[in-house]
Amino acid sequence: MSSEQHPSDASGEKEYEQSEESFPRMQEEKRKVQTKLENGEGIGWEGQSLREQFEDLEEKTEKTGHYAGFEKLSLKDENPIEYEQMFAQLRGELVNARETSKEVAATPIVEQEGELCYGLFTPEGDSIAISTGIIVHIHTMSEAIKYMINHDYEESPGIEPGDIFVNNDTHVGNVHPCDIATLIPIFHEGELIAWAGGVNHVIDTGAVGPGSMNVSQASRFGDGAYYTARKIGEELEIYNSWKNDFPDKTRTPDFLKLDERTRMTGCLMIRNAVNDLIDDYGIEKFKQLSREAIEDGRRGFRSRIQKTMLPGTYRGASFVDALYEGQKNLSRAYASENHLMHAPSELHVREDGSFQVSFEGANKWGWHPYNCTPAAIQGGIWVMLTQTVIPNKLVNDGAYYSCDFHLPEGSWANTQNTETAHAYAWHFLVSAWAPLWQHLSRGYFSRGFREEINSGNANTSNWLQGGGIDQFDKLHAVNSFEAACEGTGARYVDDGEPHAAAIWNPEGDMGDAEVWEMTEPLPFLGRNVKPNTGGAGRRTGGAGFESMRTIKDVSRWLLYEMGNGYMSSDSGLFGGYPAASGYILNAQDTDLKERFENGEDYPQSDLDPESGDFESKIEGEVTRRPEGISTPKEFDDYDMYLNYLRGGSGLGDPLEREPEKVVEDIHDGYVLPRHAKDAYAVVVNKVDDEAKHNSAVQGEWELDEEATEELREERMEEREERAQPVSEWYEDERLRIRDDEDLIEDVKKTYESSMRMSKQFTDFYCDFWELPDDFRFSLSEDAEKSLENRFKTGMKKKWKNPTKSHETWLGVGRDDEPEVPYTWTSERSIQDLSGPDASFETPSKEPATDDD
Amino acid sequence: MPESYPREHIEDLVDDNLEWSELHNMMSDFKDADRFQQVRDVLQERVDWDDPIVIPYADHLYVVAKSDDRWVIKCDCGHEFCEHDENWKHDALINVRDTEEEYLEIYPEDMHPHPDYMELREYFCPGCQTLLEVTNVMPGYPIIHEFEPDIETFYEDWIGEPIPTPETQSA
Repeated sequence: MSSEQHPSDASGEKEYEQSEESFPRMQEEKRKVQTKLENGEGIGWEGQSLREQFEDLEEKTEKTGHYAGFEKLSLKDENPIEYEQMFAQLRGELVNARETSKEVAATPIVEQEGELCYGLFTPEGDSIAISTGIIVHIHTMSEAIKYMINHDYEESPGIEPGDIFVNNDTHVGNVHPCDIATLIPIFHEGELIAWAGGVNHVIDTGAVGPGSMNVSQASRFGDGAYYTARKIGEELEIYNSWKNDFPDKTRTPDFLKLDERTRMTGCLMIRNAVNDLIDDYGIEKFKQLSREAIEDGRRGFRSRIQKTMLPGTYRGASFVDALYEGQKNLSRAYASENHLMHAPSELHVREDGSFQVSFEGANKWGWHPYNCTPAAIQGGIWVMLTQTVIPNKLVNDGAYYSCDFHLPEGSWANTQNTETAHAYAWHFLVSAWAPLWQHLSRGYFSRGFREEINSGNANTSNWLQGGGIDQFDKLHAVNSFEAACEGTGARYVDDGEPHAAAIWNPEGDMGDAEVWEMTEPLPFLGRNVKPNTGGAGRRTGGAGFESMRTIKDVSRWLLYEMGNGYMSSDSGLFGGYPAASGYILNAQDTDLKERFENGEDYPQSDLDPESGDFESKIEGEVTRRPEGISTPKEFDDYDMYLNYLRGGSGLGDPLEREPEKVVEDIHDGYVLPRHAKDAYAVVVNKVDDEAKHNSAVQGEWELDEEATEELREERMEEREERAQPVSEWYEDERLRIRDDEDLIEDVKKTYESSMRMSKQFTDFYCDFWELPDDFRFSLSEDAEKSLENRFKTGMKKKWKNPTKSHETWLGVGRDDEPEVPYTWTSERSIQDLSGPDASFETPSKEPATDDD
Repeated sequence: MPESYPREHIEDLVDDNLEWSELHNMMSDFKDADRFQQVRDVLQERVDWDDPIVIPYADHLYVVAKSDDRWVIKCDCGHEFCEHDENWKHDALINVRDTEEEYLEIYPEDMHPHPDYMELREYFCPGCQTLLEVTNVMPGYPIIHEFEPDIETFYEDWIGEPIPTPETQSA
C-alpha cells in the first residue's frame, strides 16, 4: 500500500483523519500490541497467547459440545434483530469486498469467472462469515491460520497490526498451489479480534510446465512455487524481499502483482468494515457475534439435516483415471504409469444430525499432481454442502464443526507427505465427492424433498492450459476457465442445467470469448453445445459444451489437456446414466491458413466424433484419442485444439423420459438423433434437412408416437431377455476374480493398493466375493515395484505441533462409536493396519526420494 | 414459509405437475415440517397394494411393513425384493455393459468409459423391468449397499411418530 494514501481511506474513522501518519488506527494498535508484548502478555484476549486461547476454545468446544462453550445464543435470542443486522452488515461487506476488488484484477480468471472469495475469521481461525465466490477456501484459509497459531507465529515472525501473510501450501491449508491466499490480522485495543482473508486463482504458479495446474510433475518440486504461511509485509507495506521474489517465480508476473493488490484491497475493505462494526456496536458485541454465528451455523446444519434427511448409513464409490504410461516430458521415469483413483465414500448421519464422512479404502497417493490434503477434502466437501444443505447466508465453519472426517493417512486423500504433488487436486477431489451428492439425494428422496434431489456434480474438465511466447511477444501462460461452466447433474424435478456452472465456483461463468482472446493467443473458431455429454435418464444431465480453438502469433508455445477419459466419475442416480467421459482432439501442421485465405470450410466443432466432419475439413496431423490427459506438447500457429467441457449425469430410467422431450433434445443439440432410438427408445423421423434450431445441429425431426410406443414395449422385453439374475452373474464374476482372469493390470493394482491401505476394504472385498483370506491379485514386477516405492516412502508431516483437536481425520467420532465409523463390514481399528505390507502406520526408514 | 403445503400441491409434486417457478419457490423457502408424512400418504394412495409404506426408499422402491417387526423393500409394481436391511440389488436382474459395442448404444465414440477400466451395471426390477439403478464401477468391484436407513431413530426421535404397521394401516 502506498504511504501517500490518505489516512481516512484506511481507517474509515473521523478521529484519525487529521493524523499525519499513514494508517493511524493501525499504528496506534501496533503501539498497544508492542506495549503488551513488552509486559509479557500475548495478543489473545485478556493477555493470553494465541495458542493458549486456541487450546482453551478447543477444550470448551469438546467439553460442552457447543462451539467455544456457547450453550446459549444470548445475543441472538435476546436481541435477534441486532444480531441479524450485524451479521448481514458483515456479510454484505464481504460480498462488497469481492465485487469491488475483482475489478482490480487483470486475469479473466478473476474478473470474468470470479475465482475469488473472502472470509472473516475468529482469532483462532474459524470462519464467521464469507463472501460469495470460490468458498472452498473459507475452510482452507481457516487451516492456514490454525497452522500459524500451532507453529508459534506469535513468537516468530510475530503477528502484529499491519502484518500481511500469504499462503498457498496445500499441506498448510489449500487445495492446490495456484490458489494464493492473503491474510491480515485485525486488532482492537491490542487484542487480535479477527482475521480478514482472501484467495484467488492465479494464472501461473511457476511450475515445471506453464499454466496454473501443470500435469507433468511427479512431486511437489514440480508443482510451482509454494509459500508456506509466510509474512510478506508489515505496517501494510510489502517487504522488498517479497516484491523482488515472487514475480520471478511465475511466467505472468504482472497478473500476479494485480492479483495481490486485488486480495489486499478486499482484505482492507473487510478490516474497515470490522472497525465500523465495532465502532457502531462495541467490541464485546462483536466478540459475542463472532462466537454465536459459528455456534448458530453448527446448530443450523444439524437442524437442517434432521429436517431433510434420514439417519443411517449411505455408501458409494467413485473412480477416475489419470493415465501416464507413455506420456512424454514427465519429470521422473517412475511417474510413467497409469493411476486410477478409488474413493469409497461412506456417510453416517448420526441421531443428532451431524455427519461422519469416511474414505476408508482409498488407495495410495501417487507420483501425479492429483493428490489431496485434509484441508482440500474438508474444504471441498464443505463448498459442496453449502450448495445443498446450507443454501443461505449463514455459511461458516459451524458446518465444519458438525462433520467428522476419516481420511486414511497415506491415501491420495490425505498423503501426509510433503513430497507429493497437488497441482490439480480437484481432479480426484471432485470425482471423489460424487457419491456424497447421491447420499444427500437418497435422504432427500426418503423425506419427500424431491425438489432438492440432484444426481451429482463431479468431474469438471477439460482444462485448456499452456504457455510460451504470446501474441505480444511476451512470456505468458494460460488457463482457460471455460471449465467453470459445465453441465450439472439432473434434478429429480427437472433436467440438469446445460453449460451452467462448476461446483467449485457457485458463481461460475464460461467468460466472453472476446475477453479470453485478449489474454490468450488462441482465437475461437466455434463454441457449441456438445451433444450426448449429459447422462441419459428420465431427467437428463445438463449438456456440456465445446470450443474449437486455433493458435496464432506464438512461438515456443505448449498446450496440454487435463480431464477424465477412460472413466466417468459422474454417476447417474435411480436408473440415470453417467455423464460422458472425455477425449482429446488436436490438429497440427494444418492447412488452416490456406483455408482462411481461400475462403474454404474449416472445422468449427466436433459435435459427433464419429461423423468424420472434423477430419473432412482440415489437412494435417490429427490426434484423436479417448484419453483425457496429455502432458505439455508444442503447438504452432494455425494448429487446432478442442476444449471439451463435460456434462452432468442423468436421473431415472431413460425409457420414462417423455418422447417429445427427446425431440426437443435433438433440436437443442443435447442428443444426437441416432441416440434417440438407442438410449431412449424414441423413434424420430427427419422431415427437413435445412431447418435450424437452437444448436449447431441442422435439421427438423418429428416424433413417431406409434413406433415409439412399440419400440418401448419391445425394449422392455429385451431387457428381460438380456439381463440375468444377480445371483447367476455373481457366480461367474466370483470365479473370474478368484481365478484372476480378465482384469487388467491397472485395475488390479488399484485394488491391491486399497487392500494394502485398508484391512477393512480387504475384508469387505474378500467377504463379498467369498475369497480366501490370503487372496491377493497377482501383479507384474513393474506394478509391484510401483506400489512398494510409494508405500516405502512413508510420511513427512507438515504439522509438527498441532493442538489436540486439530488432526480431525484421526479418532473421528464419539467415545461410544468405533474409531472409523461404520466403514464396510469388518471390525474396525485403523491401528490394525500396521504390518509388513501396510506401512502407512509405521513410516519406513528407507530414504525418501527427495528430488524431482 | 408454509408450515405445511396444501395436499394438492404435494400431489402435484409427486405427479410431476408443478411449474418451474413453483419448484423454485419450494427450493428457496424454509422446509415444510410435514413433508414426509404428506408425500408418504400421497404415495400410499398411488400404489396398487396395501402394505403400509414405512419410507420411500428410492425411485419406484419403498420400505413397507409386512408385520410389526418385518419390513421389506418393494417396487411399486408389487415385486418384493428383500428384507429392508439387505441390498435389493442382489435380488434384481442385471445387465453389464462392458464392451465398446454396448457403450456405443448410449454414448458416441470416444465419449464413454473404456470397458477394461469401467463397466456399467444396470439393475432392473424382475417384476416390471424398470431400470432402477446404473452403477459405474471398476470391473471386479463388489455390489455396494448404498443406503441403510435407521428407521427406528427416524420415527422415534426425529418425527416422534409410531412406525406404520399393517394394523394401524387398516384401522
